[in-house]
Amino acid sequence: MKRLAQHALFWPCTTLLLLLVVCAVFNPAFLGVAWQGGHLYGNLVDILNRAAPLMVVSMGMTLVIAVRGLDISVGAVVAIAATVAALMIGGSFSAGGEVASRFPLWLALATALGVAAACGLWNGLLVVKAGMQPIVATLILMVAGRGIAQLLTGGQIITVYYAPFYTLGNGFLLGVPVALWIAAALWAVLHLVLSRSALGLFIRAIGGNPEAARVAGVRSSAITLCVYTFCGLAAGVAGLIISSNVKSADANNAGQLLELDAILAVTLGGTALTGGRFTLAGTIIGALIIQTLTSMIYSLGVPPEVNLVVKAALVFAVMLLQSAGFRALVMRVARNPRPGAT
Amino acid sequence: MNRRLLPLGVTMLLFVGMAVFGAIRYDGFLSPQVFLNLLIDNAFLCVVAVGMTFVILSGGIDLSVGAVIALTTMISAALLEAGWNPYASMAMVLVLGALFGAAQGFLIQRFALAPFIVTLAGMFLARGCCYLISTESIAINDATYASIAQARIPVGFDASLTVGAVIALLVVLAGMRIAHASEFGRTVYAIGGGESSARLMGLPVASAKIGVYLLSGFCAALGGVVMTFYMLSGYSLHAVGLELDAIAAVVIGGTLLAGGVGYVAGTLFGVLILGIIQTLIAFDGTLSSWWTKIVVGALLLLFCLLQRLFEGRSRKAA
Repeated sequence: MKRLAQHALFWPCTTLLLLLVVCAVFNPAFLGVAWQGGHLYGNLVDILNRAAPLMVVSMGMTLVIAVRGLDISVGAVVAIAATVAALMIGGSFSAGGEVASRFPLWLALATALGVAAACGLWNGLLVVKAGMQPIVATLILMVAGRGIAQLLTGGQIITVYYAPFYTLGNGFLLGVPVALWIAAALWAVLHLVLSRSALGLFIRAIGGNPEAARVAGVRSSAITLCVYTFCGLAAGVAGLIISSNVKSADANNAGQLLELDAILAVTLGGTALTGGRFTLAGTIIGALIIQTLTSMIYSLGVPPEVNLVVKAALVFAVMLLQSAGFRALVMRVARNPRPGAT
Repeated sequence: MNRRLLPLGVTMLLFVGMAVFGAIRYDGFLSPQVFLNLLIDNAFLCVVAVGMTFVILSGGIDLSVGAVIALTTMISAALLEAGWNPYASMAMVLVLGALFGAAQGFLIQRFALAPFIVTLAGMFLARGCCYLISTESIAINDATYASIAQARIPVGFDASLTVGAVIALLVVLAGMRIAHASEFGRTVYAIGGGESSARLMGLPVASAKIGVYLLSGFCAALGGVVMTFYMLSGYSLHAVGLELDAIAAVVIGGTLLAGGVGYVAGTLFGVLILGIIQTLIAFDGTLSSWWTKIVVGALLLLFCLLQRLFEGRSRKAA
């Protein structure tokens, strides 16, 4: 039992299970999954589907945080990728009422992802080559990126009428949402690369002690650069899923506050913000916790205004649980309960 | 010349350069009121940015200020609706803001938590509390507030300042005094320079660390009061993203985000530069508002690179 409690995923899983139990108690139908219209249907599927973009972004964020970085520009990158894709696909009706894509779909998606990866590379260069603090380096793109996206769209919301593009965010493959397949595939690839090669070890080494890692022969600048580029790419994937889901690109609001949710998901999952220790599976669970919380609040009929307060309370609780100082304080009070003592 | 003054000098030069550019390019730009409006329209940002300067000087960050401003406007509006005396409600929100900041500071100091996460949760909490009060905008019809909002303080040359702008200037002066001529200020600089060395020097690190967040919370609440004068309403979506503007103003003002180096006066110029960019774009009339974001981003980049350059030089010199 004690070993179980010490497992990195113990607290995140417990939190998620508790949330689901609360949902099930108040609404017994909550956990039901049915087969409807040729695909899986139910609250759980909905949570997984809606959490997919956050999962994807958070995976990139996990690796960035693991190398002692932070990327607060992911929301802006989501907006840029969504805008590029929407602009390139366009929504022109050709003769005969057929909706044609301005560029081939694959080219539009590839360009959007390329631009997103370039954004990540830019962040990485500022951190690695210019030696800026990650939070400042990515603040620049966070501020300017949304402006660039708005510049591209001329401040308009761009609607996409080309139906094949909708598959990413609304389609189903073998009854499971396509967005979820994308998140799962990304996780599988990352898991393989990180556990089957030395890359995972290198990332842990850089996060644990960058100087020692460099002295030990880890090419920390190249790896850090790759990690930021990947984070940008992941944000681009999320941007495509989000814009496909709403069939449009809103440069002003797409991915708003997503960076905060992503950092929250990473923290809830048990990755240390100080770098070095990270868990991708934990991050996935963290993203699910956030989405379950939101879905729960809607499905319980609680006014959505409470959502933020509950989220804040949860973050405070998790933060304190992760703090060694707080745990020591609780243990001391538990062992030596004095009335009036805190 | 003191190398640490260089970024501040660059900021001031940039401001003068932009003003000259505007004066040559646009008719009517070079009037005293245009420049005073920079301060009037950004008074709340200025107040918040002074508080943020202290947090950043200590090596921390406060993401909750925008949400605290919104909460302040909401509580003020709600208290006035409930028939409170306007001055009592102002005092109440200032105390609440300071307490909110101090609570965040306590968590950061006592449990060694990351300021980024604590103040992020604080931001959720403060915005969430706004929604709990009301999801709608609450208008402020109080006579005292209205008269303060309309009051104009003439400063000569047919120009005038608002009460909010005067408060902002006073906060900058007080901030400079606290930063450069008090024990608290010296301790904040020392913490930013190196927390463990500050502790070894016997400085009151723990209380100063809580103090900077208390100060930031207080400034955010004061900025919220100034905003209620400006907007005459309480709304949960006031000041969304203001924390980023405040951080940008501090960085453009020449304060190092790593902590320990910077000037409160620089922050004033940082705020004025953000303001003058918007004014230039408004005067131009053909440029869209998103150019503001792009220019601010470019300026941030310029200043961060500049700072790295100076840091590199001083390290080599040392």
